[in-house]
Amino acid sequence: MTTGPAAGAPVVQAQGLVKRFETTTALDGMTFEIGAGELFGFIGPDGGGKTTLFRILVTLLVPDAGSARVLGCDVVRDLWALRPRLGYMPGRFSLYPDLSVEENLGFFASVFGTTIAREYDRIAPIYSQLEPFKARRAGALSGGMKQKLALCCALVHRPEILFLDEPTTGVDALSRREFWELLGRLRSTGLTIVVSTPYMDEARRCDRVALVQRGRLMAIDTPEAIAAAFDRPLLALRVGERYRAIRALRDYENTNTVYPFGDVLHFTDRRTDASPETIARDAEAYLRGAGIEAVTAKPIPATIEDAFMARMGADDDAPGERGAA
Amino acid sequence: MSAPGSGSGAARRGGIRRFIRRTLVLAHAEVLHVTRDRATLLQIIVMPLVQLLILSNVATFAIQRSPVYVVDDDRTSTSRGLVSRLGASGLFDVVGRSSSPDSANEAMLRGRITLALTISHDFEADLVRTGQAPVALDVNTEKGAAAGVVQSYATQIIGAYAREIAAGMHPVPALALRDALPADEPPPIRGFGRVDVRFQDWYNPTLNYKHFMVPGILVALVTMIGTLLTAQNIAREKEMGTLEQLNVTPITKAEFITAKLLPFWVLALIDLVLGLIVGRLVFGIPMRGSVVLLLAAAAIYLVVALAIGLWISTTVDTQQQAMFVTFFVMMVYLLMSGLFTPIASMPHWVQLLSELNPVRHFVTIARAILVKGAGLREIAAPMLILTVYGIVVLLLAIRQYRKRTA
Repeated sequence: MTTGPAAGAPVVQAQGLVKRFETTTALDGMTFEIGAGELFGFIGPDGGGKTTLFRILVTLLVPDAGSARVLGCDVVRDLWALRPRLGYMPGRFSLYPDLSVEENLGFFASVFGTTIAREYDRIAPIYSQLEPFKARRAGALSGGMKQKLALCCALVHRPEILFLDEPTTGVDALSRREFWELLGRLRSTGLTIVVSTPYMDEARRCDRVALVQRGRLMAIDTPEAIAAAFDRPLLALRVGERYRAIRALRDYENTNTVYPFGDVLHFTDRRTDASPETIARDAEAYLRGAGIEAVTAKPIPATIEDAFMARMGADDDAPGERGAA
Repeated sequence: MSAPGSGSGAARRGGIRRFIRRTLVLAHAEVLHVTRDRATLLQIIVMPLVQLLILSNVATFAIQRSPVYVVDDDRTSTSRGLVSRLGASGLFDVVGRSSSPDSANEAMLRGRITLALTISHDFEADLVRTGQAPVALDVNTEKGAAAGVVQSYATQIIGAYAREIAAGMHPVPALALRDALPADEPPPIRGFGRVDVRFQDWYNPTLNYKHFMVPGILVALVTMIGTLLTAQNIAREKEMGTLEQLNVTPITKAEFITAKLLPFWVLALIDLVLGLIVGRLVFGIPMRGSVVLLLAAAAIYLVVALAIGLWISTTVDTQQQAMFVTFFVMMVYLLMSGLFTPIASMPHWVQLLSELNPVRHFVTIARAILVKGAGLREIAAPMLILTVYGIVVLLLAIRQYRKRTA
């Protein structure tokens, strides 16, 4: 496991966090630090333990072992000191669907003893987009709008750190991009943002990312460093029938990983000493031999997604093809 | 888990002010939920009134035109007078008569009659000679409680008739009676004068079951509605996940539970007031005691009922579980409340157990105030029990609510 340096003084420190549920171990010993002002991403497939981790960090869940401090407060002991200082946006939409946009936001503002008007400058970049719909019931908003409203509600009391659990899950591609642009703007104000996502392409937006799988952190580093650590030649295979090709390649003796990526297949070879050209030629030959038509294999540079897939031990799931959680 | 303690008085005042502010914020959101859901609001307000109007006519032990068979062996004017008196009461309907008991027995076996009246051959003669004469009442006791009512009404009518006959035979001078009356009371019109001893049923002189049942049914309806609404409330939020973001805020458990209670407490009080108005206007229930005192007692009682609902809601995970638990609890509470069956006729241990039943205490209070005109002193004991009960259940609900899971 690699650990890149935290950007500022650590505002989140987790030490050996363990959380077990009846039959599963959701967190299997997580240790990490997040620096002040970082945009920090936890990336990994569903069921990896991201939500459990977030619920511990925002004082909603007590870990079985290990400890965590957020803003210097112990998440178990000092929860009353911590709660007013953090903002949390759960993965599942948790605002009142029968209340209007304005009522939901006003509700959260008044819970903290403030008003929308008084905090307007903090939420303005987001709320200005919602204001035309402020009388609309929250339940009638689109997925992207719902997330923006939830973000507003998490921000209205000017928290020092923001936890966003899968904020872009179930949101269309355009809204996802808009949402990340908003996070970038918030980050530029010095706010520490901790975000989780199953979408690996979103990792690039983070200062640092932690790779989560089966309750463990596989890597913590900048996205660039993680991509650079990809040390095998990578092939993009353009084939006629992707599904049959994947099935065939699973039986290929030299296959290291193979997974669909966009409209091609990404393939890495088990042999570390072979040249990319040799690998490409062998793979093409194998597929033709297996009766797959129209095969072209081309060596390409690895993206961060490929790095993740490699780290994750190459799940069958494809990045970007995952369904909403 | 509690809010940071407050050392000085100023800090405590600030804490109280914050408590009130946050509670009102939460309660306001709750009011928005309720008022936004027009259909539910209408049900909360209208349904209990409709039920009250219907059920008050159902849950009655009063009898009307109860079928009676007469075996008249005497066949004198006195015996015929007795039979016609029975029919004239409107409570009984003489469906057959004969001089042999066989057809009466048959009618009884077939369940066609509730009562067989047998007047013996020497009825009139015995009455004239000795001043008393036995008659036989055979009551169909298939339906336990109703049989008792049939019997007691029949006995009353026959007793009254007997006293009248006896008085007719031994007149008292009208003057003696006049002296016994207050000066401004007009003298008895009937010159003949007679002493007519009557039983007076206190508090409910006409033995009107509606006067007895309507307040009870109203209490049952308001309790059901209030407890169900609160029992479902937090469970629904758990189902919808709407507590997740709220639980991270510094809202305390006490603020949360109080805010959940407040709007439904007001709604239930409105229901109760509307029900009392309907009870008064439609059923003419008596209001002998102070209505303000009744509402004060209701205010305490409803805290108990709603806090039980909230306690259930904090314990369960889904609305369905909340429904089941509430129905179970309500069933026990209502049947053991003395609403439908007198507590005095339950086994001793059940009577002791029913002391734990808040519905019982409020039914006692409501009937005492409305029917008997009881004051604060008379209802102090059940009031005290309800107050303690309310505080305990509320604290349990607050303790049970989990902002965070282990």
